[in-house]
Amino acid sequence: MEQPAVIVAFYVLAGLTLLSALMVAMVRDLIHAVLFLILSFIGVAGLYVTLSADFVAVVQVLIYAGAISVLMLFAILLTPRSSRDNSSVSYSAPISVVAGLIGATIVYVALNTEWAKTADSSDSPFENTAAEIGKALLDPYVLPFEVASVLLVIAMIGAIILVRPGNEEDAS
Amino acid sequence: MISLEHVLVVGALLFSIGLFIALSRRNAVGVLMGIELMLNSVNLNLIGFARFVEAPRPIDGQVFAVFVITVAAAEAAVALALAVAVYRLRQTIDVDRLNLLKW
Repeated sequence: MEQPAVIVAFYVLAGLTLLSALMVAMVRDLIHAVLFLILSFIGVAGLYVTLSADFVAVVQVLIYAGAISVLMLFAILLTPRSSRDNSSVSYSAPISVVAGLIGATIVYVALNTEWAKTADSSDSPFENTAAEIGKALLDPYVLPFEVASVLLVIAMIGAIILVRPGNEEDAS
Repeated sequence: MISLEHVLVVGALLFSIGLFIALSRRNAVGVLMGIELMLNSVNLNLIGFARFVEAPRPIDGQVFAVFVITVAAAEAAVALALAVAVYRLRQTIDVDRLNLLKW
């Protein structure tokens, strides 16, 4: 963890993530905004790797950069007559002030709190996270795990019913 | 060296960018992009806490991040299906023009 390459990688990836998130807000075309969003997701996955969470990084690339971005592209392409530009509302200046104030508050609290850090944080507490996460999912978190699977089934069926053509009363 | 505060500051900046995007976009898909960025910053904080904070079982933060990613995937599927259904009804997903419930 203490190799200089990891530290450099952390700051480079943090800059990449924040810059591409800003570009999502700045860029004019909505398709380009989704592409910058994918870049931001991949940057966050790299940050997970530098924080020694390799399994979550793989999940992030698969679900966010793979599935959710493709869903967003599909939603944009399936709404062709709606406005394709990524314009903001007319009152975006006070919104930016509010978002900046909330971000500044979180930064202030994060820097001024006495976190219960581990004594020796130079080495990671994890050996291989995939096996550990699998054990944790099936031993102490088995009920949330099953509830999550039910939630995914409900969301899938709900999405199919919502977009099915002619979803009035003709199904039987 | 990387410390917990660096991770938290990156997460806070990402959260405020996501909040700005979620509140200021006209297109409903753009609003959803902001929400995903905010969820990402929360996950980043969880991973940072799992890495740096003393805990009886340090893997818990990563397990929680996996659950957040699962719920975010379900939410994105339903929200985008809603956007497509609303578009079919009103020919727009501009959130300023979807004011049927506005008094």
